[in-house]
Amino acid sequence: MASLDRVKVLVLGDSGVGKSSLVHLLCQNQVLGNPSWTVGCSVDVRVHDYREGTPEEKTYYIELWDVGGSVGSASSVKSTRAVFYNSVNGIILVHDLTNKKSSQNLYPWSLEALSKDSSPTGIIVSNGDYDREQFAENSVPLLIIGTKFDQIPENKRNDVLTRTAFISEDFNAEEINLDCTNPRYLAAGSSNAVKLSRFFDKVIEKRYFTRDPSQVRVCNFSFCM
Amino acid sequence: DVLNTPANTTLCPQVLFFGFGWLFFMRQLFKDYEVRQYVVQVVFSITFAFSCTMFELIIFEILGVLSSTSRYFHWKLNLYVILLVLIFVVPFYIGYFVVSNIRLLHRQRLLFSCVVWFTFMYFFWKLGDPFPILSPKHGILSIEQLISRVGVIGVTLMALLSGFGAVNCPYTYMSYFLRNVTDSDILALERRLLQTMDMIVSKKKRIAMTRRQMYQRGEEQNKQTGFWGMIKSVTSSPSGSENLSLIQQEVDALEELSRQLFLETVDLQATKERIEYSKTFQGKYFNFLGYFFSIYCVWKIFMATINIVFDRVGKTDPVTRGIEITVNYLGIQFDVKFWSQHISFILVGIIIVTSIRGLLITLTKFFYAISSSKSSNVIVLVLAQIMGMYFVSSVLLMRMSMPLEYRTIVTEVLGELQFNFYHRWFDVIFLISIKRLFQTFPLILIGTFSRLMLKKFYKCVKSMTS
Repeated sequence: MASLDRVKVLVLGDSGVGKSSLVHLLCQNQVLGNPSWTVGCSVDVRVHDYREGTPEEKTYYIELWDVGGSVGSASSVKSTRAVFYNSVNGIILVHDLTNKKSSQNLYPWSLEALSKDSSPTGIIVSNGDYDREQFAENSVPLLIIGTKFDQIPENKRNDVLTRTAFISEDFNAEEINLDCTNPRYLAAGSSNAVKLSRFFDKVIEKRYFTRDPSQVRVCNFSFCM
Repeated sequence: DVLNTPANTTLCPQVLFFGFGWLFFMRQLFKDYEVRQYVVQVVFSITFAFSCTMFELIIFEILGVLSSTSRYFHWKLNLYVILLVLIFVVPFYIGYFVVSNIRLLHRQRLLFSCVVWFTFMYFFWKLGDPFPILSPKHGILSIEQLISRVGVIGVTLMALLSGFGAVNCPYTYMSYFLRNVTDSDILALERRLLQTMDMIVSKKKRIAMTRRQMYQRGEEQNKQTGFWGMIKSVTSSPSGSENLSLIQQEVDALEELSRQLFLETVDLQATKERIEYSKTFQGKYFNFLGYFFSIYCVWKIFMATINIVFDRVGKTDPVTRGIEITVNYLGIQFDVKFWSQHISFILVGIIIVTSIRGLLITLTKFFYAISSSKSSNVIVLVLAQIMGMYFVSSVLLMRMSMPLEYRTIVTEVLGELQFNFYHRWFDVIFLISIKRLFQTFPLILIGTFSRLMLKKFYKCVKSMTS
C-alpha cells in the first residue's frame, strides 16, 4: 500500500445541520444510522481519484475534519477549536435548507475559519461583517452544501433554491443540495457527484500544482504520510 | 377617572412584560432557529407576562398602590388566567407538538394530544394524594386543589435549583478555587490533541485504503460465478476484514480520548479567561460579592438543616425580626411601620429580580444544551411550564419574607393552604439536592479513574503500532 499525498478539508456548520451524516456518506458511502452530537472534532478519510479517467489520474487522501459547535459558543470553545483550522486546503460549508438561520450563520463560520489562517494569534479580525471582495480573492476553495432537501415541500423548493443560489454567489462557490439519508443524490455520474469531484480536484490543484507561497505551510504537529 | 387608572396601571406593565418575554424568546432562546409556529412564542410570552404580573401585584400590595378591592380583583383574575395557562394550554400544546413529531400519529394529532392531556391530568391529580396540603373542608373542584398541586411541583423545582446553586456558587464566583493555568499548559494539551487526531487520521487512511482494495478485489471475485467461484471466495482468507475491526476498535478508543482532550482544553481555556477576568475591576467586584454569596449559601444550608432537625417553622419574617433586633438591642428608635414597608419592598424586589434573572439564565443554558431543530418547540413549552410553576410557588414561599399585614392578601387569594408544608417541603428537597451532589463525588472519581485507564491503553496501542 503506497503512501499517498493528502489534503485537509474542513466541514463547518451549525449544530444539527447534518455534517456528521454528510461526512459519513462521503467517506463510507453509507447512511449514518445513529447520529449523535459531535464533541470536538471528528475526522474521516475519503480516497479520491484526481482527474479520474485521464492519463494524469492519481489517488489522494482527502481528510474531512468535521468540527462541532455553533457560532455562538463560548470564547474558550472557539479558541480551542481554532486548533483544528491549521493548514486547511478547502472548506465545505453545510447549512440546513429548512432553517434560514443556519444559512445566515455560514458567514461567521467562514470568517472564523479563514481569519485563523491569516492571523497567527487566532483572534478573529473582522467584527462579523463580510464583503464579497474578501471572498473573491480568497484562495481557499469553498463548497456550499444544503441538507434536508427532502423535507422541503414541493411548492417552496423554488424559493429555497433561489436563496441558496444567492448564498453560493456571495461565497464565490459551487453549491450542492441533498439529503444525507439518501445516497442517490451523490450517485456516480449525477451532477452533484460531478460538482463534488470538481471541488476536490480544485482543492488538490491548489495544494500541489500551483506555486502559491501562501499555501505552503509548515505543519508543526502532524507526521506526514 | 378613578375607574380608568386601575386598568391602565395593571395593563401597561402587563403589555411591557409580554413584550419582554417576546423579545427574550426571539433574541435569546430562538436565535439559531426559525420560528415557524408563532403560537409557541405567544404562549411563552403570555406565561411570562402573567407570572411577572403576580410579582408586580405583591409590590403593589406593599406600596399600597390601588385600592384593596381592585387589587384583590386583579389577583383573582391573574390567578385564574395563569392556572388556565399552566394546566390547560401549555400541557395541551406540549402534547400536540410531541405527537406532531411522531410520524405514525401525525394524522390524528388532535385526538392523540387530547389523550396525552388527559393522562397528564390524571397524574397531576394523583400528585396531591400523598401530601397533606389541604384541609379536609375543601371540595373536589376548587381552586385550592389546583394551586396546591402546582405549588408542590414548583417548590420542588425551586429547592432543586437552589440546592445546586448553593453548592455551585462558591466555585463559580470565588477565584480562590481557580487553579493556576499557564499558556504552556494549554499549548501542551493542544499538541497532544493534534497528535491524537493525526493518529486517528492515519488509522482511518489504512481502513479506507483496505476497504477500497477489498471492494476492487470483491468486484473481480464477483465476476467468478459458478461452483469454483464459490469455493475460491470461501478459501481466500478475509484477513482484510479482521484487521479492519481491530483497527476500528483502536480508532474508537482514540476518538474517545480526543473528545476528552478537547473538553479538557476547553476547560483550561475557560479557566485562563476567568483568571484574566478576575484581575479586572469587575472581576474583583464579583469575587468580593462571591464571598458574601457563599456565606449566604452556607447559612441557607445550615438553616434548612436546623429547620428539619428541630421541626421549626419561622414565625416572623426577616424584616420585622431585623427591625426588632435593631430597636431592642441598639436602642435606636424609629418608625417601625414606615421602615418595614420600605425595607420589605426592597428585599422582596431583590428576591424577585434575582430569581427571575437566575431562572431565565438557567433556562437558556438548558435550552442550548438539549434542543435541536426538531424538538425546540416542545422544549420551549416545557420551559414555559417550569417557569410558570416556579413563579407561582415563589409567591407561595415569598409570603414568609413579608411582614404580617401584607401576607393577608396572599393568604386570602390562595385560599387556606397549609403554607408551612411548603416551607418544610422546600427545606427537605433543598437538602436532598445537596446530598445528591455529595453522592456524585464517587462518580467523579470513577470518571477520572476510567480516563487514566484509557490513557494507559492509548500508550499500549501506540507502543504496539510504532
